[in-house]
Amino acid sequence: MSIKSIGEYPIIMKDSVENFNGNQVVYLYWYGHRVVSSPRAFPLPPEMPFGAIISDLIPITYKVEPDYEDLDFENLEVIWEVDGKVIEPDFSKSLKENGVGHKSFIQFTTPTLTGKVGA
Amino acid sequence: MSINQRKKRLNKKEQYKYMTRLGWDPTYQKSEDVYPYLKMEGIKIHDWEAWEDPFRMTMDSYWKLQAEKDKKLYSIIDAFAQNNAQKNISDARYVNALKLFLTGVTPLEYKVVQGFSHVARAFRGEGASIACQMQAIDELRHFQTQVHTMSHYNKYFDGFHDYAKAHDRVWYLSVPKSFGDDASTAGPFEFLTAISFSFEFVLTSLLFVPFMSGAAYNGDMATVTFGFSAQSDESRHMTLGLSAIKFILEQDPDNVPIVQEWMDKWLWRGYRLLGLVAMMMDYMLPNSPTSWAESVELYIEQNCIALYKDLERYGIELPTDTINTIIAEKGHLSHQVWNIFYNHTNAAAFHTWMPDEEKMNWLSEKYPDTFDKYYRPMFERYIELEKKGERFYSETLPIICQTCQIPLGFTDIEGGNPHVYTHETSEFNGEKFHFCSKGCKHVFEKQPEKYTQAWLPPHQIFQGNCGGATIPEVLKWYKIENGVDNLDYVGSPDEAMWNKLKNN
Repeated sequence: MSIKSIGEYPIIMKDSVENFNGNQVVYLYWYGHRVVSSPRAFPLPPEMPFGAIISDLIPITYKVEPDYEDLDFENLEVIWEVDGKVIEPDFSKSLKENGVGHKSFIQFTTPTLTGKVGA
Repeated sequence: MSINQRKKRLNKKEQYKYMTRLGWDPTYQKSEDVYPYLKMEGIKIHDWEAWEDPFRMTMDSYWKLQAEKDKKLYSIIDAFAQNNAQKNISDARYVNALKLFLTGVTPLEYKVVQGFSHVARAFRGEGASIACQMQAIDELRHFQTQVHTMSHYNKYFDGFHDYAKAHDRVWYLSVPKSFGDDASTAGPFEFLTAISFSFEFVLTSLLFVPFMSGAAYNGDMATVTFGFSAQSDESRHMTLGLSAIKFILEQDPDNVPIVQEWMDKWLWRGYRLLGLVAMMMDYMLPNSPTSWAESVELYIEQNCIALYKDLERYGIELPTDTINTIIAEKGHLSHQVWNIFYNHTNAAAFHTWMPDEEKMNWLSEKYPDTFDKYYRPMFERYIELEKKGERFYSETLPIICQTCQIPLGFTDIEGGNPHVYTHETSEFNGEKFHFCSKGCKHVFEKQPEKYTQAWLPPHQIFQGNCGGATIPEVLKWYKIENGVDNLDYVGSPDEAMWNKLKNN
């Protein structure tokens, strides 16, 4: 089943990167954490340093998770994945330089913080 | 006195023939120019006359019956208003289920009017064409009666004010909107399979029975009456749906795999849409007659499987994977969808709340394997935050599924990871796409050209098409009044109004 049409069917890429005013869309997920009801989406400049995910995005997104207070990026083991591939990010370098593209899915896993819920 | 003797009345068959004689063979235009959509989808129809409208013999009494039904409905709605019957509902929380129905389901009915009108024009056979026209008229009546039935609540409660604009703009309403747009922009045979068969025949009980029995259990007799008024139409639509599918399958064996694909697609899309009903049943009704899981057991595990059995002799196979997923998810779905709405009530046109202890216990009883383990602790944490005056509203936007447009809030139950969100990806034309499930990924990959056009609310906000980048700006564009139509039920003007109503 492909598109059946009586005329030529246009290909409209509604969410091409050029429609986002210089930003690219990036998704973020703290693996196994469900109080935040789904992974989140952000419009971000490709030049934004990767470290801003930790300083700016994670607090506004995940502060409601009970694990958040123990989320210490200096001292915890954290596994970063971009589009399913494990990476070792250089936090001072840009998203782009760390391989984050338009509509990339960034997942971080904290093996010692697995998403406890409850008080 | 006339000297001409009055002509004898026509019999029922002749009456139907004259009332519905709308077909003709084109003479000065090519048939394929008059019916351009007929061959597009690859469906082969050799004899249109083989499909007779199953309700042709009742055509004459149809108008009279419908008029009587409308008269009854409107007199009950009138009595409801005269007697201030909005005071007799169980609790004002219930009204939020009506807000969801009016904004989510009612515009879908209107989309179906357009779809059936289009299909009626596209089909070659008179029986098929008339049957579809009659259904378009029914759906229009449903649309109107739903708006009228619920309009009374608009005098007292917030969030009913602009359902049409809401349907076009508000983020979660893009879920039913995309469903209706997908169906009505398909070819005529796919539309018929999607709506007449998959939705009206297989899934309709999962939508209408919970809504109407929920209304009855919560004292909303206006909605119950609307349900009764629509119900006889619904059973007619179900009969049409099945007879239409059988006709298509009987015409040519080549039609079978095409129809099977559509059935698989629309069962999945319909099921995802009904996530809204799941949360209504388990969380939004102060008195819940049935849980979502019990409904799945009755309508999917028993009824749906029986319906498919009836089509086995044509070569149609039960979509086992989909059914298995529905069954696997039945203990989780309503809690997950309610959690999504609780997170994002700051941008919704209705209120949410956390269940009280009595409701929590009811949920534990109905969901012994899942509620206490996965959801109660989470909800108790929310309640604790509420007590501290820190009711949690998400400040960030969700990633939503390219196909069903629901946030990726469903977890990997079948894979044994009920605490991990399911996330599927695909690529088309050099771009990445994300999905909430294998089902939605599969639908996308069959027709990526269609779903790359999807109007995804978070992305549209990011593109600057929704009034601005901040939540207040977007709410203004949605026509949602901040602090009135949205946020928690506790502390809302609805709650204040309800307390006033009950104390007077």
